[in-house]
Amino acid sequence: MRHATLESIVVLAPLFVDALVVSFDPRPAHLVGTGGAIGAVFRHWVYLRFSSEGFPWPTLLVNVLGSFVFGLAVFAGAGESTIQLLGIGACGSVTTFSSFSVETVQLYERGDRLRAVANAAGNLVLSLAGIALAWGIVAWMGLPA
Amino acid sequence: MTSDHPLVRLETLALIAIGGFAGSNLRFFAVELFAEVPAVLLVNVLGSFALGFLVYEAEYAGLVGRQSRIVFTTGFLSSLTTYSTFAVQTAVAGDPLLLFGIVAANYGLGFAGVLASRSLARWVGDGSQPTPGGETA
Repeated sequence: MRHATLESIVVLAPLFVDALVVSFDPRPAHLVGTGGAIGAVFRHWVYLRFSSEGFPWPTLLVNVLGSFVFGLAVFAGAGESTIQLLGIGACGSVTTFSSFSVETVQLYERGDRLRAVANAAGNLVLSLAGIALAWGIVAWMGLPA
Repeated sequence: MTSDHPLVRLETLALIAIGGFAGSNLRFFAVELFAEVPAVLLVNVLGSFALGFLVYEAEYAGLVGRQSRIVFTTGFLSSLTTYSTFAVQTAVAGDPLLLFGIVAANYGLGFAGVLASRSLARWVGDGSQPTPGGETA
């Protein structure tokens, strides 16, 4: 049951976006920009909700989440418009490299060198794990990979 | 006090959305213009440099206003740079050498960009103010 629900979401969401896109044929820039605006506002909300003095959790959270969803879209074989709106736009924008690099340097220079290294390694390892999980989910549901 | 007002937050959200629209599009154009791997590297390094400058500029000089800062940092620069595309590139890089190269280039040049802009921000800060606080590291 849960399997079927999850599968229908993964299959139907791109179809829905594709149908929406076909009906008014927007330019790629509109799709990327709209996804980007939504992603940036969502990232801002995560920062307000989860910010902490000790460790840059919000950046880690958005990077892992965004990489996972991007992985889902890529491995599920989403169409070009879906990739532009959801992948390049929303996931590309919700994840961030600039905050990650500035925060890592700040951790290092204030003396939290171990946390700086853990942050640098953690973002990469957990984002790759998210992508691997996305690949696993798509393969498990037998969708085109 | 005033920054707690819901309408102030609404303006902030609008500014972030506009910055996100512009930043993600500029990244998209870079990817269309160059190959994907160098394009993402380029936006990540430039974005890290620019964000580093704005963050350290706030510390040393504080010339940039609050609203400009929000549009540029949370909106534009954080959307211009990306982690997900970088991570997917790393995940699908078949060649271990390419994988290492992508990670080393993004991390190395990204951090170097932040350090470079920190120096620039200090230099700007020294020129515009008496002497900002004693940090020398």
